[in-house]
Formats: sequence, structure tokens, C-alpha cells
Amino acid sequence: MNETPVNAPRPLVSCTIDGQEVRVPEGSTILDACTKEGIDTPTLCWAANLTPVNVCRVCVVEVEGSRILVPSCSRPVEENMVVATDSERVRTSRRMVYELLASSVEMDRSEPEVLAWMEHYGADPDRMGPVGERATVAQPVKVEDDLYVRDYERCILCYKCVEACGDDAQQTFAIATAGRGFDAHISTEFDKTLPDSACVYCGNCIGVCPTGALVFKTEHDMRQEGTWDQASQEVTTTVCSFCGVGCNLELHVQDDRIVKVTSPADHSVTSGHLCIKGRFGWQHAQP
Amino acid sequence: MPDLRFSTETPTDAEKQAVDEVVALMGPATLHLDERYVVGGRQRADQHRTLLLPALHALQNAAGWVSPGGLDYVCRMLEVPPAEAYGVATFYHLLGQESPEDNDLIHVCDDVACRLFGATELMDDLAAGGHQVKASPCLGQCERGPAVLVQRIGQQDLSVVAATKQNVEAALGAQESAASVILPQQGQEGLPLLGRIGLVDPQSLESYREHGGYRALTTALELGGDRVIEEITTAGLSGRGGAAFPTGIKWRAVADQQGRPRHVVCNADESEPGTFKDRTVMEGDPFALLEAMTIAGVSMGAEQGWIYLRGEYPVAAQRLQGAINQANTAGLLGDDVAGSGHKFTVTLRLGAGAYICGEETALFNSIEGFRGEPRNKPPFPTTHGLFGEPTAINNVETLLNVLPIVRLGGADYAASGTQGSPGTRLFCLSGRVANPGTYEHEFGVTLRQVIEAAGGVADEASIRAVLLGGAAGSFVGPEQLDLPLTLEDTRAAGVSLGSGVVMVFTAQDDLVDTVRRIAQFFRDESCGQCVPCRVGTVRQEEVLVRLGKGKALPTDEALFGDLEMVMKDASICGLGQAAASAVRSAMALGLLEVTQ
Ligand SMILES: Cc1cc2nc3c(=O)[nH]c(=O)nc-3n(C[C@H](O)[C@H](O)[C@H](O)COP(=O)(O)O)c2cc1C
Ligand code: SF4
Ligand code: SF4
Ligand code: SF4
Ligand code: FES
Ligand code: FES
Repeated sequence: MNETPVNAPRPLVSCTIDGQEVRVPEGSTILDACTKEGIDTPTLCWAANLTPVNVCRVCVVEVEGSRILVPSCSRPVEENMVVATDSERVRTSRRMVYELLASSVEMDRSEPEVLAWMEHYGADPDRMGPVGERATVAQPVKVEDDLYVRDYERCILCYKCVEACGDDAQQTFAIATAGRGFDAHISTEFDKTLPDSACVYCGNCIGVCPTGALVFKTEHDMRQEGTWDQASQEVTTTVCSFCGVGCNLELHVQDDRIVKVTSPADHSVTSGHLCIKGRFGWQHAQP
Repeated sequence: MPDLRFSTETPTDAEKQAVDEVVALMGPATLHLDERYVVGGRQRADQHRTLLLPALHALQNAAGWVSPGGLDYVCRMLEVPPAEAYGVATFYHLLGQESPEDNDLIHVCDDVACRLFGATELMDDLAAGGHQVKASPCLGQCERGPAVLVQRIGQQDLSVVAATKQNVEAALGAQESAASVILPQQGQEGLPLLGRIGLVDPQSLESYREHGGYRALTTALELGGDRVIEEITTAGLSGRGGAAFPTGIKWRAVADQQGRPRHVVCNADESEPGTFKDRTVMEGDPFALLEAMTIAGVSMGAEQGWIYLRGEYPVAAQRLQGAINQANTAGLLGDDVAGSGHKFTVTLRLGAGAYICGEETALFNSIEGFRGEPRNKPPFPTTHGLFGEPTAINNVETLLNVLPIVRLGGADYAASGTQGSPGTRLFCLSGRVANPGTYEHEFGVTLRQVIEAAGGVADEASIRAVLLGGAAGSFVGPEQLDLPLTLEDTRAAGVSLGSGVVMVFTAQDDLVDTVRRIAQFFRDESCGQCVPCRVGTVRQEEVLVRLGKGKALPTDEALFGDLEMVMKDASICGLGQAAASAVRSAMALGLLEVTQ
């Protein structure tokens, strides 16, 4: 691969997005260019701290000369590319991706942006066939330990947890996609329980999950009890004291109790990823 | 590699031995990895990983499934994380996930052609007879359905054609499949691709040479690589695997990647329902494919050749491996191909029941030991193919055309066929024709002529529709029988020749059921990676199931339109992009009118 020396200025390429000329460094994606231009783009499987897998297709845009729509999150900008982000074709595909997902997956606990985009595109999952007759991924929730819960009827198969557990962060490879087609699902080998698997409980998969399929046990329990109240939670930033690496922690506090721990995705040390001590060690800090 | 955690399950002796044999046989991997760049950022550094699928095949054959102990052993041997290996194993139809109930697992094709000839009844008969039976998508034997594949523990897989309960049961005790290539055109003059089949002994290099074999390689070595590629370009050869991409351009692009290890991959996955032409050639004339691949390799400076053969072709697998062994011994493959100083090896890899692995980038992932999920393109295989290295991937039939091109020269080759579609094409005739089978015709022949050459249909007026190009193709109606079969004419008509499928349906056939089966095929075969296809193919099938039951909703037509649009526009690969094509064409022809 052509390794560019660190800090060497990259040449600029220019493209047109929705009629506006945009110049971005070579190698930037269409999504980068849109962001620079202030054009909001929905994403589900993309995250700043993960390698793009471009599977959800919600970020598609129309590129002149391309037979099909292209995923903006992974397609590099080419000189003189002409991009449309709000054409009829783009709107139809984006709306359909949301409708297809929401017709088969429980999405009500998704990140607020996800819900806002669904509203924006007027997604109506019930168009996809009568409830009860259409296939879904409904299944029992997996509660296997005291730290975290896997609720795969909320899984949109964005691959983020697999990436966070594998090459992109944790290098543990405890979970992977298994099965095929509509039966594809995230699994350990032979669907072993997490305590039996290679999992080291770093919680990095929880950190990246956009739909609430992977959650802290605290959150799961509080939701069951009806006491989970995101709006009332305060977030305090601190530095993890377990070792000398210096990971930033965001403590989410509700009613004077820590209910979950995250790390900012843009933090230079963690890129949003932690280890078991930072992620779950607080359980020792409070009764 | 990270510290991997394995389980405490243990393999049986049979499993252990089977895996050891694969690992020993394949030896230390000899892959040249100069570049690890692959979309998705996954590291392909682990050279053992490419042995994963062969090792899983070995487990399946030893125990009838991929057991926890067996998988754990494979993971230790190859240093693959168990969760990932499980993800790979569960991707394939032919790898069992549960301990088998019986020594034999009988896969019965219930796909579009075979279900016209009693496949569902056969399945019931076999199940009633106490056999372990599984419905299968097209097995590539549609000219003599219903087709059956038997997986057996510790023994070779078996193909049974024109299957009945009796002949399947009789076959179970056999050593190997009763091989029989049927070629209706056998003995006919002037068939550049099929001419040798039935005359040559497919198991003998000597016989191949006696029938003119390996003369094209000699000519190609005299001409030199650049000249060969020029002749291919002059010949106007285009890909026969479905997309009709100009082969000369592809080969030039790979040849130009000098200094990097390059690959030639033969796509012999042939899983498009209705397609069996490549099998005909691989069973009947396997050395021809090897010779063509060797010419490709030496011409592009690629030293590694791979044949990715669908796992359901036991006879072709045996023929090809036999041919590779003989060519190696004769010095026609190896470090010094025919004394030319060029190096070229060929490795045979078997798929394990996944149509999607015919998509070129999914095929690379499958060989590399990953799930057969297509990669986003660009980058294209010519620069980032197998192991991230420059790769020319071609269909079996495309490669075969190299022999007449080298022999005749590109210009003379291009004298046949039409200007826009030079040469000949293989067609797979099935359904309600008198003599189904593989046929070779010059481009430009009409659909009616192709059907008539196959003995025609008892009552031509009864033809309701022809499935052209496969499940990813489209239906055409009887009023289109005079369509000349060329790339340009089919394109103008909004259809495609695809993989050469011509499947004929008449008034007696239930086309609503056929179309629903096609929709089921896409649902079953989607890799599941991208949303438009993973969920879209499910919703499409649901629409057709409702329709078949006479319970279509008033909103279903609009829904289908939107499904078609998102699958075509936003899917990663050709599977999703074409998943609504046949359904749409059936609708346009009025084949889905249900009278209730
Ligand atoms: C879902 C899918 C399945 C495919 N299956 C096959 C196949 O079985 N054999 C084949 O030659 N090409 C198949 N193709 C086409 C290949 O991706 C590729 O275009 C072809 O191998 C290139 O060879 P050619 O240029 O000689 O046609 C398939 C494509 C898709 C999208
Ligand atoms: S907690 Fe960490 S190790 Fe366990 S599955 Fe999630 S990412 Fe992998
Ligand atoms: S569990 Fe969450 S992060 Fe993992 S694939 Fe599903 S939705 Fe994505
Ligand atoms: S279109 Fe279908 S088969 Fe192709 S990548 Fe997407 S899910 Fe997989
Ligand atoms: S965000 Fe681009 S494909 Fe998912
Ligand atoms: S073998 Fe049954 S449809 Fe092809």
C-alpha cells in the first residue's frame, strides 16, 4: 500500500455535492466531504473508530455515471465526481433500508439520531407486510452474567461489535457473524454463552452498538423495572485510575448511581474503547 | 495473531486424521503475500487460514457434520479464532451443524427445473423410506432431473440423475457416481468448444493430445503473452459468467501489474439455477480447461491458478484433480511449464453449497477462509483480487474460448457469430424440450432455433414462457421466440443471456409456483450482509407467497416496486441487484395472474 508519510499534506481533489463544489484531501470519503459541506448523512454501520464495512446501505448517495447508488461511508472521492445526496432514488433507498430493518428488528431503543432519521424519511415498517406474518428476528434475550446482556431481537447486523471485538480494537474475536442470509446473526462458536467463550468483558461491543442490542446489565435491569431514565442522567468525564494508560471515562449517572461507562470515540488514547477495569470496575466503587 | 482461546472439546480419531491429511497434503502455504490491503481492513496475513474450507470439508466427510471437537481441532491447527471458524462453517449448505442421524444425507433438488419432474414427490418418497433428506437449490443437472446429491460419511459424494427412490437406493452402495456426459450434439462438425467431448477420454492426457490437445499452449508460448492478449482483444471475447465483461481488457490490466504476484482464477462455481454447461465440459474435457488456464497464466505472468468448483460436482472434481495430477507429472504445470521457463500451478478448491460464492469477490473470500461475503467494489479484482493481489477471474466457458482464439487467431475467430457478439455460446436447454442438454451455437441464433435444435416442444403453441439467463435473468414470452441471441439484441430487449440458461415452460406448468421458488432461491442464497438484499429478498418472497395463496394485499404491488428499487440500487452485489428481475419480467408477461 502507498503509505503516506505522517503529516505530509495530501493533495486535494474536488467534487460536486448537491451542486456545490467541495475540495477535500485525497483519500477522503464522500461522507467526509458531505460532513465538511455541512450535509448530514445517516449512517448505521459506520463509525469514526471502525473500518467501514459498508453493509447497511443507509448512507447511499447517487454518483453520476454509476449504475447503482454508492455507499458514501466508504467510497473515496474522485476528481470531478458529481454527487447527489437527496435525489428521489436516494430517498427511496434510505427509507426502504429503515423500513426493512424496522419491520424485522426492534428499533425503539436505538440511538436518538437513528430514530430521528427514520422520522425524517417517513419510514413506515408496517408497509412491509402484516405483523405476525412477516419474518422477524424475534428471540429471547440472553442474560448470562452480571455485566452485560445481549438482546439480539434488536440487532440490525451492522457488524460493529464484531469489528470492535476483532481487528479494530480488542483482537479477541469472541464473536462473529454466523449463519447466512436472513438467518445470519452474531454468535460465539456453537452459540456458547459469553462466560464460556473467549470474551474478556471489555465491553467494547456495547460501546459501539447503535440499537441497544448490547447493553450493560444495569441498563437492562432498570429498563425491565421501568426505572431507566436517560434524560435525567448526567455524564461526568474522568480518567480511569486502574492503570497508567490514561483512558478517558464518561460516567453516566442516574440518581447518584453510575449506570454505565463509555469513552469518547474521538479520544486519542481509547478511540472509544476500554478494558474490563475501566468499563466495569466502577461496580466496586459503589455498593 | 492474538492469543486465541480454544475449547476443551476433543476431536474423534477420524476427525483428527482427516484434518491432519488436509493440512499435510496442502503443506506449508506457498502464497506470496506482498500486499495485505483488503476492503474492510481484515488482515489476510495468516497463510494457514486458506486451508479452513478444505479442513471443514474433511470434518464433514469424516463425521457427517462440523462437530465442536472437530472445529476446535481445526482452529488450533490453523490458528483461526473459533467464533470466526464457526461463522465460516455455518455459511455453507453442505456443512452440517447437527450430529447426523444417518450415514447418508440425500440432497434432492427441488429447484425450478426439477420440480417440473417430480422432485417434491421424490423427496417425500425418500423421507418415507427412512432416509435423511434435505431440499436443495439447483444441483446443475437440470437436463435430467430430478437431481440428487448424496453426502456420505467416509466415502465420496454421489450424484444421481433422473432420480427415483429405486435408483437412489441402488446408488447408495456404489463406490462412486455413475458418470455420464450426455451431449445431444455429439459428433456434429464445427463445435469449437464441445467438439472433443464424447470422443476424448477425459481421464487421459494422452488421449487429449491425440485430439489436438496442448497445441494451443505451444502456439501461445511462441506468440508471447502480449500477442496472446492482443488476439483475445481482437477476437472480442467477453465473459460468459454473466456480466459479459471484455476478457482482453481484464487480462491486459492484470498483465500490467508487473512486480506483484498475480493469480488466474477459474470460476467453476456454476450455481445459477438452470446452468450446467461448465459441468459438461469439466466432466467431458477437463484438460481443455487446464490448457486454457495455463495459457492465461503464462500470458499474464500469473504463477498461481485456482479452480473454484462448486462442491456439488463430485465427478467434475475427480476429473479435474486427475487432469491436474497428470499435467503436473508431464511438466505441463509446475516450475517450468512445457520447458518454457514459466511457472504455473493449479489448485482445485471445492465450494460447499453457496451460490453467492460464484460472485467473484465472495469467491476470493471463500478461498481465503473467510465467509463468502462479497466485497464492495472498487477496488476491482484486477488490482485487488485473491489475497489482495491482482487477479484475472474468468468463467469456465470464457477460458475455453481461448483455445480456438489462439489456434485461429483473433480475427478468424471473430468471423463467426455477429459483429457485436463474436464466436459461439453454450446454452443450457432444460424444461419442456424434447432433448435437454448443453448445446453450442453461434451467437445470433434465435431463441426458436435453439429450442428446435433441442428437439423442440411437443406443441409449440403451448409455450408460455422461457426463462432466459437463469434465476438472475428474466422470462420472455412466446412472442419473443425470434429474438436473436446476441449480447446486443438481448440488451435491446431488456433481457440478458446470463449463463446461457434456456428453460422452457408450457401451459401445463404452474408459473406462480416457479416464480415463488425463484424468490425463495434468492432468500436462501443471500449472504445476509447488506440490508436491501438480506431483508428485501425475504419480503419479496412473502409477497409471492401471499399472491400464490390468493391473498395478495392491495399494497403489495407498490411494495414490490419499492423492494425492486432498493435491491437493484443499493445492494452490494449482483445477487441483490438481480433478485427482482425474473419476478418483474413474470409480472410484465402476466404470468402471475392468479385466478381464484
Ligand atoms: C450472485 C452471483 C453469482 C455468480 N456466479 C457465477 C458463477 O457461478 N460462475 C461464473 O462464472 N460467474 C458467476 N458470477 C459472475 C462473477 O462474479 C464474475 O463476473 C465472473 O466470474 C467473471 O468471469 P467472466 O468475465 O469470464 O464472465 C456470479 C455473479 C454473482 C453476482
Ligand atoms: S466484551 Fe469485549 S471481548 Fe467480549 S464480546 Fe464484547 S468486545 Fe468481545
Ligand atoms: S449487536 Fe449491535 S453492534 Fe452488534 S451487529 Fe447487532 S446491532 Fe450491530
Ligand atoms: S446483495 Fe445480497 S448477496 Fe450480495 S452482498 Fe448484499 S446481502 Fe450479500
Ligand atoms: S453507513 Fe455506509 S453502508 Fe452503513
Ligand atoms: S438440477 Fe434441479 S433445477 Fe437444476
